Amino acid sequence: MLEPESGLSSQPIPSNGGPKIGVYVCHCGLNIAGKVDVAAVVEFASTLPNVAVARDYKFMCSDPGQELIEKDLREGLINRVVVASCSPLMHEATFRRATAEGGQSPFYFQMASIREHVSWVTADGDDATAKAKALVAGAVRRVALHEYLEPRKAEVRSDVMVVGAGIAGIHAALTMADAGKHVYLVERESTIGGHMAKFDKTFPTLDCAACILTPKMSAVRSHPNITLWTYSDVMGVEGFTGDFTVRVRHRPRYVKEDLCTGCLECIERCIHKQGKFEDEWNEGLSKRKPIYIPFPQATPAVVVVDPETCIWFKTGKCPQTCIEACERDAFDFEQTETFDEVKVGALILSTGFKTFDASKMPEYGYGLYPNVYTSLEVERLLNAAGPTSGEVVLRDGSKPKVVGIIHCVGSRDAKHNLWCSKVCCMYSLKLAHMVKERTGAEVYNFYIDMRTPGKGYEEFYDKILKEGVHMVRGRVAGVTDEAASPEEEGHLVIRAEDTLIGSVRRIPVDMAILAVGLEPQPDHQDVRRLFNISCGGEGWFTERHPKLAPVSTFTDGVFLAGTCQGPKDIPDTVAQAGAAAAEVLAMVDRGFVMLEANTAHIDDEACSGCKTCVGLCPFSAISFDEERKKASVNEVVCKGCGVCVAACPSGAAQQHLFTDAEIFSEIEGVLAYV
Amino acid sequence: MSEQGPEGTFEPRIVAFFCNWCTYTAADLAGISRMQYAPNVRVIRLMCSGRVDPQFVLAAFRDGADGVLIGGCHPGDCHYQEGNYNALRRFELLKRMLVGFGIEEERVRLEWISASEGDRVQKVCNEMTEQVRALGPLRLETVQSVDEGRVAPAPAGEPVGQVTA
Repeated sequence: MLEPESGLSSQPIPSNGGPKIGVYVCHCGLNIAGKVDVAAVVEFASTLPNVAVARDYKFMCSDPGQELIEKDLREGLINRVVVASCSPLMHEATFRRATAEGGQSPFYFQMASIREHVSWVTADGDDATAKAKALVAGAVRRVALHEYLEPRKAEVRSDVMVVGAGIAGIHAALTMADAGKHVYLVERESTIGGHMAKFDKTFPTLDCAACILTPKMSAVRSHPNITLWTYSDVMGVEGFTGDFTVRVRHRPRYVKEDLCTGCLECIERCIHKQGKFEDEWNEGLSKRKPIYIPFPQATPAVVVVDPETCIWFKTGKCPQTCIEACERDAFDFEQTETFDEVKVGALILSTGFKTFDASKMPEYGYGLYPNVYTSLEVERLLNAAGPTSGEVVLRDGSKPKVVGIIHCVGSRDAKHNLWCSKVCCMYSLKLAHMVKERTGAEVYNFYIDMRTPGKGYEEFYDKILKEGVHMVRGRVAGVTDEAASPEEEGHLVIRAEDTLIGSVRRIPVDMAILAVGLEPQPDHQDVRRLFNISCGGEGWFTERHPKLAPVSTFTDGVFLAGTCQGPKDIPDTVAQAGAAAAEVLAMVDRGFVMLEANTAHIDDEACSGCKTCVGLCPFSAISFDEERKKASVNEVVCKGCGVCVAACPSGAAQQHLFTDAEIFSEIEGVLAYV
Repeated sequence: MSEQGPEGTFEPRIVAFFCNWCTYTAADLAGISRMQYAPNVRVIRLMCSGRVDPQFVLAAFRDGADGVLIGGCHPGDCHYQEGNYNALRRFELLKRMLVGFGIEEERVRLEWISASEGDRVQKVCNEMTEQVRALGPLRLETVQSVDEGRVAPAPAGEPVGQVTA
């Protein structure tokens, strides 16, 4: 990121002599030089108009590479810079900084991407060299017309927002709150905790999920710097990095959050004596009442009334015993949606994942055979706070004697999801261990490949093997209740190829557990659009760079943490959340961001007052002076798309760094020579 | 203006205007993924496909391009909300105008390519190259500026693409 005004000349460059351009062609080791004849490009560049210096260097982005530029600038050999190297999305900031260090405006710089757009995508060396020359010529032609521009600074608000309060969001929020920032933590469920709160134990250490998570949950609740909004959704995001305005909707829970103490008396006294409705938190394995709390340590410990099932909401006729039971008078059946609008400097998205819908693979019999479970259901069975208080039992209440765990359900499958969900091998081993421990059952794991990279993971696998869990290597063909022999009678039969012994096996089990993979949230497209970020075809949010900017997005000021970016386990999620928090803190503590200079402006003289631009601007950045019949751009609000510029019939609207003249020159340049 | 390939085959030159957020990023992804494609496309980066002034397309043809490709974000995905819709509207009008100039509409193409579709950049660049190669060079012998130019339709019998001013 550019330092403000550092090394900037206070005056535009002297016009005497005009532009003197330095062209620097990068080898990028062999990434470029292995395909492009760098010497030929340099020689070609030296013949182009206004080029004073043309050089090549192994790595232009290295310190000595940048020093080449700075030295030529300082010595007055050049006053504009073209670097032909990688993509501007990679190193434009680096070379702009070098240009500024050399004493010029950082915007007297243009990049030609001869790596991503040439050497890496072109089969033939001569073709690549010709294309590189064309792109360099385009850059040289346009940079000669670049105008003097000052970097724009914008203040960064110190409040921040985290969207999604699973372990990623919780960790990021606490890190930033501990650093003294005010954090708005928004969660759409009635409690924070996410998937981790549903687990009993975590691999590979087998420490209890609740024991490590719930202290963090209560820390969130009590932290003076965190505003926790559960049962809430982000409805709109406006503004830009450093200054976002976010609109949040709070759905009614019909209970005043500040009054409810979580005594749960009301649930006890509900007119429904027994739970009658599917308990989402327990994956439908138990029933809840219309008034409920997802689990005992839910945070906030505030009950929720479900208007879909509550008799009062459905019929208007109910003695409302819940209200009677409440000593705090916390009920408010008149509650409606409320909204908050807050301003924040940066946002972290930690919206998590959903598990694969096992009913999409009918061959495994989920939904058909009652004793085929998903892994998440078994997590709930294993959980002491779950529907069976930690007992692993079949639907009829009996303990299973043989259990089969089928890996890669929905993952690594051309018919469903191509990716490896990364956590299933390890959680399947964990489930194998725990089911065996709780029930004494024989446990079979059916796997394609065991994937156990991670600290202590392979050792955990060894431990499970020593415990006598059976491992069958091969994809499972199906689960059936059709017995082919007397010993299969009354059991589910898992049919799988055992590739290690080279035969098909039929293994009768009492319980089949489907290790369902991780998928993007079903509303990932809406969320992506809301925050103006992108996602891949599969739906995971796209990071700015897979290695160098893994928690940033292409929208400045919006960061990613956890599984919304791709499958990952708890340690990786927490590490990533910490990284996202650190990025936000760096931004907030610096206090300002440098903005792109590419805003639009309107030449007052040339403006004919036609108002074409006014209606086109999606950000209402253009205002119209009715008296003078002139339009003008508010450059603070302008985001620099250039739509108004393209539409202006009189050429009065122009865009910094993308003026008509600059683009025409670039077009000329890429075509004029080669 | 157009080059002859080594075996005397026609190598078209195509100018592409890619938006910074989706298609340019997708082209970077194609590079990172080492997807090989025809070297005939020269990309000019703009912030938004909505910045593409139809004059840029005309200028590219005037300066010797045989085809022009415009790449933007998918509908609904524009980084600037609706710039790509403006691009689409202008593109439809532009095509009509080009036909009036005697330039085949197959020489221009507008594509929505998201940041994750590197393979699509490869495919579209290859397709566009072959399509323009099949059309042959755009022989604009003389072109005056649009303001002063009086463009006559190609006389009967002349090859399409021949424009007289």
